[in-house]
Amino acid sequence: MAGGDDLKLLGAWPSPFVVRVKLALSFKGLSFENVEEDLGNKSELLVSSNPVQKKVPVLLHNGKPICESMVIVQYIDEAFAGTGPSLLSSDPHERAVARFWAAYVDDKLVTSWVQSFRGKTEEDKSEGTKQMFAALQTLEGALRECSKGEGYFGGESVGLVDVSLGGLLSWLNATEEMSGTKIFDPVKTPLLAAWAERLRELDGAKLAFPDKDRMVEFIQKRQAQAAAAAAAAASEK
Amino acid sequence: MAGQGDLKLLGMLESPFVIRVRMALHLKGVSYEYIEQDLSNKGELLLKNNPVHKKVPVLIHNGKPICESLAIVQYVDEVWAATSPSILPANPHERALARFWAAYVDDKFFPAWLGILKAETGEERDKKMSETLPVVEQLETALAQCSNGKAFFSGASVGYLDLAVGCNLLWLDAMRKMFGVVVIDAARTPVLAAWADRFRESDVGKEVLPDADIAVEYAKKIQVYRPASK
Repeated sequence: MAGGDDLKLLGAWPSPFVVRVKLALSFKGLSFENVEEDLGNKSELLVSSNPVQKKVPVLLHNGKPICESMVIVQYIDEAFAGTGPSLLSSDPHERAVARFWAAYVDDKLVTSWVQSFRGKTEEDKSEGTKQMFAALQTLEGALRECSKGEGYFGGESVGLVDVSLGGLLSWLNATEEMSGTKIFDPVKTPLLAAWAERLRELDGAKLAFPDKDRMVEFIQKRQAQAAAAAAAAASEK
Repeated sequence: MAGQGDLKLLGMLESPFVIRVRMALHLKGVSYEYIEQDLSNKGELLLKNNPVHKKVPVLIHNGKPICESLAIVQYVDEVWAATSPSILPANPHERALARFWAAYVDDKFFPAWLGILKAETGEERDKKMSETLPVVEQLETALAQCSNGKAFFSGASVGYLDLAVGCNLLWLDAMRKMFGVVVIDAARTPVLAAWADRFRESDVGKEVLPDADIAVEYAKKIQVYRPASK
């Protein structure tokens, strides 16, 4: 590990975007100070480090902030190129394909999954769920193409897309547990289901992933809050 | 110069994302076959090479497709790394800053100005314009942060973030002609307005940015522009 590198991660344990950064740091074997933010009462450091979005994750490297989860992940890979495995191939075409799929995870999977949770109507939510499963089907094909018979989107070892999708796993698993519906269905998306199992077993993942029960409790609390807010709004009419 | 092989770009003249890629190729001095797509009647080449999104731009290099404009720009920068100029900076922190702001342009700026273009009434257009202004102000901040007082986001010469922002100028200039809206206004965001003028006058701006009238004609054609609205 490079000497004299001070790494501080401003995060919130449930955030899939924070988990992505933790995964990248862990896979590279980098140690860091984890600073847990109260998102209802953001620290001065967070607000001054990310004045544009005021969001987590923010990585501070020797005091300099880097924001946006996938920007941070690529930064980690580049700034610590000599440390641990590379998260991106050296081949420009493979890099472009990885960036394409990482963007897809954010544009299609995250968006639809958020809609399935936060959709204003039951119709919105079920449309979100439908699109989420369609996106997962597409990602099954992506995994087949990118893995080239190996275990990860990055091939033999984890890469950019494994980190991007991996960040979401805890939420998706908690959702599975709560709804009773498999999200990584071994029949519909066998490669993804196997990939999810494989990723969870990695040391880096065990360090980064929140505890499943804690995740379920968190989501249930959030849903209860949302329902209460909706009920209050309805009764005010 | 690196041997370039067979290079095709599937595009649409008025698309800022296509313009972005053409700018990158121009910066590197790379020649390519440009194939204009009819997006209302998508051809086999597009469907085969971008089956996921069926969108332009698609760069096809020796038969292999690359999709998503920012991924393509980085690809061009990496394949022709030996050819000056570098599009992305060398320093990892500056690269991260450039990527952060490019993501901001696509996630916040593009949808904001598109909202102005698509507004169905003058009132809605005003509303969308007022939503866009804080975003433009952020870009003014970005310019100050990234340029270190130099001419462009990337410093003395044009680079990644200039391309990411600059490709939108076609439509910003078109909207000025169509509606009189000035998204990047010298009175509100003077540094950004000066940058926009410099970018338009730069080699890549002059050679690649189409004339705003082309966008105006296109808008009329697809009936986005409703001259009857106030």
